[in-house]
Amino acid sequence: MEFLSYLISGVSLGSVYAIIALGYTMVYGIAKMLNFAHGDVIMVGGYISFCAISYLGLPSIVAVLLAMLVCTVLGVVIEGLAYRPLRSAPSLAVLITAIGVSYLLQNAALLLWGAGGKSYPSVVSGALQLFGGQLSISYASILTVAVCLVIMAALSAFISGSKLGKAMRACSEDKGAAQLMGINVNATISLTFAIGSALAAVAGVLLCSSYPTLMPTTGSMPGIKAFTAAVFGGIGSIPGAFLGGLLLGIIEALAKAYISTSLANSIVFAVLIVVLLVRPAGLLGKYVPEKV
Amino acid sequence: MKKLTMKCSTRMDLLTYGAVILAYVVLLVLRDGGHLSRSLTGQLVPICCYVSMAVSLNLTVGILGELSLGHAGFMSVGAFSGVIAAMSLQSAIPAAPLRLAVAMLVGAGTAAVAGVLIGTPVLRLRGDYLAIVTLAFGEIIKELVNCLLVGWDSHGLHLALNLTGNKTIADLGLEADGIAIIKGAQGSAGVTTIATFTAGFLLVMITLFVVLNLRSSRAGRAIMALRDNAIAAESVGLDLTRYKMMAFVTSAALAGAAGALYGLNFSSLQATKFDFNTSILILVFVVLGGLGNMLGSIVAAAALTILPEALRSFADYRMLVYAIVLILVMLLTNDPTLRAYRDRILAALSGKRPGKEAL
Repeated sequence: MEFLSYLISGVSLGSVYAIIALGYTMVYGIAKMLNFAHGDVIMVGGYISFCAISYLGLPSIVAVLLAMLVCTVLGVVIEGLAYRPLRSAPSLAVLITAIGVSYLLQNAALLLWGAGGKSYPSVVSGALQLFGGQLSISYASILTVAVCLVIMAALSAFISGSKLGKAMRACSEDKGAAQLMGINVNATISLTFAIGSALAAVAGVLLCSSYPTLMPTTGSMPGIKAFTAAVFGGIGSIPGAFLGGLLLGIIEALAKAYISTSLANSIVFAVLIVVLLVRPAGLLGKYVPEKV
Repeated sequence: MKKLTMKCSTRMDLLTYGAVILAYVVLLVLRDGGHLSRSLTGQLVPICCYVSMAVSLNLTVGILGELSLGHAGFMSVGAFSGVIAAMSLQSAIPAAPLRLAVAMLVGAGTAAVAGVLIGTPVLRLRGDYLAIVTLAFGEIIKELVNCLLVGWDSHGLHLALNLTGNKTIADLGLEADGIAIIKGAQGSAGVTTIATFTAGFLLVMITLFVVLNLRSSRAGRAIMALRDNAIAAESVGLDLTRYKMMAFVTSAALAGAAGALYGLNFSSLQATKFDFNTSILILVFVVLGGLGNMLGSIVAAAALTILPEALRSFADYRMLVYAIVLILVMLLTNDPTLRAYRDRILAALSGKRPGKEAL
């Protein structure tokens, strides 16, 4: 029973990682860049929904929608101002710019909301009691897993079925060829950032519902973990991000429970290293050998 | 008529050495004359450490061409092993400069061992996968050091790993004359600070000497050939693993020496100081200074360490300004439109017409 409850908390944490990892992997797949500021967009989403609930007294669903809207706009603005001018620049330059954006968001949040932790009002409260109270599952974790599954299904359908999804796949295959076929590459990349940032806002709300302390640095560690999850599953692959996020969450929760709290992150990273040594392109990634 | 003019690269190297020596002399004169502010005087040794961290990372990123996001991990290994060495040898080697040198060598040695251990799996991967694994190793090192308990007494060193989180330094069973050196998450404490600005200067010079000579040696040319095209280089018989490993381990060892100096500059130091953000900070120095350009790394490391201090009058806004400066510099140096503007302005200033060979 104890194991089951750890497993459930792992699945719930993993679902949050999966949602964040989807944002990373989509942006990587299409723009071939590591968007380090993604973790901080989560934090912004958390703060916006926090303000909407606590200061404006809006119902939580409106707060979530507002957070998604603000983060979407933020994502598109960041892409347009900071990343688009560097489309042809070396990837390291883009990486450093992304780090700059990450610092900028963190410090802007620090100025706006202060360094102290804000206690986040959970979007849903209470817990489901099973087996006569032996196993209690909080509604927040059930909601997290459900939201993750819905997002995953919707995103897969969008990418494989819709015309815009096709355009996104085409851009990630070959930007030049896509442009020749009449696809607006810049608009497609903006769309990818918009979707990724909206997902980050959702992830921010869910993350803060389970771990209710909100700080300007709240997003950075989950961001790194989710990035690890994306690589774990094979970066660029959407089912890979889902699988990687879920596995990472479960490993982390079980390692915390059974091995060592202080070494939990190390165990997660050690598993990542072993997986990458056996499958150098991640679990579901395609390994493309270098050709002459 | 033999060579009358030096090779361009040699001239650049000499310029780099010259700039470092000049900066050292000027700063020394200013400091002894009391013209430096207190905060800047305190920053002198960390600046030297960051400069040599940047130069050593430039070896991995610029010359070897592999992105490393865990360079601070090697600094951490060097810092804590250096601190352990310096504290345990306190009675054996009373002379502080000698003890500092030994500690830095120990730091370099341990970091080199860590470099071999990490490099063996890491260098089999490519690109972003390699980057994420170096990040992972950096975090693992941070957490391991966070669990480490080290003490020293007349019987020698006592080590313990605090995995459960409830061990303390008392569990080491030290004698009455023993000293606690590293106390888990609290890090090192009560360290006799023996780092000096001169040692920092020498460290920068040695780091530069090692990296610049490696680059212009036969091995360095092999490393750069592997960077530019691994398949072509292997097909002419270059040993991929050997040369990659050589660059990676050298870079780790130099980072370890810098870490040891850093660790001995503060009376207490936590493992969380050497986290992912520090690795990124050093990477920023390297990229901002220019890949493969050592003088650029030095200038960027020194300038960006001083910048937050210089912006102190902005108080709350200084990190915000730092972030904006970072983004603007990257845009200014890489955006084609802005770059064209910049070139035109520079050309107008120097009174020349812009030419394609300018860059």
